[in-house]
Amino acid sequence: MNTEFFAAWIDEIAAVVRARRDHLTQLDAAIGDADHGANLDRGFTAAREALTGASPRTPGALLVLVGTTLIRKVGGASGPLYGTAFREMGKAFGEAAEVSPAELSTALDAALAGVRRLGAAAEGDKTMVDALAPAAKALAQAVRDGLKAEEALEAAAAAAEEGAGATVPLQARKGRASYLGPRSVGHEDPGAASTALLFGALRAAASR
Amino acid sequence: MKKLINGADSIVTDALRGIAAAHPSLRVDLENRVVFRAGAPTPGKVGLVSGGGSGHEPLHGGFVGYGMLDAACPGEVFTSPVPDQIIEATKGVDGGAGVLHIVKNYTGDVLNFEMAAELGGDEGVEVATVLVDDDVAVQDSLFTAGRRGTGATLFVEKIAGALAETGAPLAEVARAAREVNERSRSFGVALTACTVPAAGKPTFELSDAEIELGIGIHGEPGRARAPMREAREIVRTAMDAIHADLPLSGETLVMVNGMGGTPLIELYIVFAEVEAYLREKGATAVRSLVGNYVTSLDMQGFSVTTCSLTGELTRLWDAPVETPALRWGR
Repeated sequence: MNTEFFAAWIDEIAAVVRARRDHLTQLDAAIGDADHGANLDRGFTAAREALTGASPRTPGALLVLVGTTLIRKVGGASGPLYGTAFREMGKAFGEAAEVSPAELSTALDAALAGVRRLGAAAEGDKTMVDALAPAAKALAQAVRDGLKAEEALEAAAAAAEEGAGATVPLQARKGRASYLGPRSVGHEDPGAASTALLFGALRAAASR
Repeated sequence: MKKLINGADSIVTDALRGIAAAHPSLRVDLENRVVFRAGAPTPGKVGLVSGGGSGHEPLHGGFVGYGMLDAACPGEVFTSPVPDQIIEATKGVDGGAGVLHIVKNYTGDVLNFEMAAELGGDEGVEVATVLVDDDVAVQDSLFTAGRRGTGATLFVEKIAGALAETGAPLAEVARAAREVNERSRSFGVALTACTVPAAGKPTFELSDAEIELGIGIHGEPGRARAPMREAREIVRTAMDAIHADLPLSGETLVMVNGMGGTPLIELYIVFAEVEAYLREKGATAVRSLVGNYVTSLDMQGFSVTTCSLTGELTRLWDAPVETPALRWGR
């Protein structure tokens, strides 16, 4: 997976976030403040523009630029959290011109650690971690099983979707939804839902 | 949805243009989205910076001026500002005595102020942070993001701002700010949800027979739904929650704050009930504020905030202030 692959990923994310913008905002209206779709749309649109302007040469530089742009443009909790995730992935790639599924798996673990550190959320708190952690686990397992990149990303995307769906019965313990207490039960977490979209976009980029 | 806007994407910019045109005492940096005092920085004075999502006007931009904030960073509607804004504001108000960040306790606000400190750490400005978390509707436990910052933010900004004006050092100003927060409690009630322009419809549905108890200031649903009833009864529910958390006694500063869509006449009805409740508990409302100060767009409803005063806090509350939304004594 080279720089073009990750640029295609960001393109796919921008497209799917735009298409699902209202859906994400509605999920957020139920247990948050109705801005998640608009914020991510603004952020990934800005990230694409930043990539066009700077044309980074390595996957690592590309993802760090995406992360920094998200931190600078999105605001809210999702800006720093997604921004940190992309920056940590980018930093894990270092100067490599091409990365393997195993390296992507290591980078995802770094992203997950960064998100956990910043948001202090654990699995089961009804946050993006509930999609990110299973995806990272599934990718690691796929690498151990020696799957091809496309199959490995398919497994990660499926795990993220399943993880996001599994947030529905949970009571939120972090973020704005936690203010609702038991009333947060019965709704999908918007952050987990958008994380699943990001992994769906990764799968789409691989099958391009 | 009917809103006086030019477009949902330009709301914050268009409003900032209006603030700049209406208030020559302010300098609005449209590029970086920071509202400064026209003369900032004030040499030798601790600078006060706050910020948060837009939609709570006059908070925070309306509280920039003598005796209160030096700069405010407005984010998108209900979305915290980004680190770049906070860094620009911090640099712009540092008069050599350091800068106090006043942050409402929401995950987004806290993270972005933290990122600002991390990304802008080498600017050489001494920064202290005070978190405001006065909302008793949220249990402060491991199972929530902690209590929200709501009405007490105004008290913190006013009192810390007055102390900073005397030339007090950063540690002193931060201590007073934390003391105000510790002595303050709030509870909010919604009669209707608000409509976030980008969403185009109310954040939640409330029938004419229902109210939402324990709301925050971002249009998010509250802790519980209850039947609509007389103002006296609604106030009792709110005040009981405050009194159970921090028993009311002695000289008290009280704000009855409108959420944006409630007429003043109703806020005064609420204040009369709040004042009667305080007397019943042996407390006295010695200072008061009634009006729209920490709003939630067009939401109907109110919040009540109390602060148990000391001699020092009363003096600082009474000290001159001159901002677009709060002014006396000067």
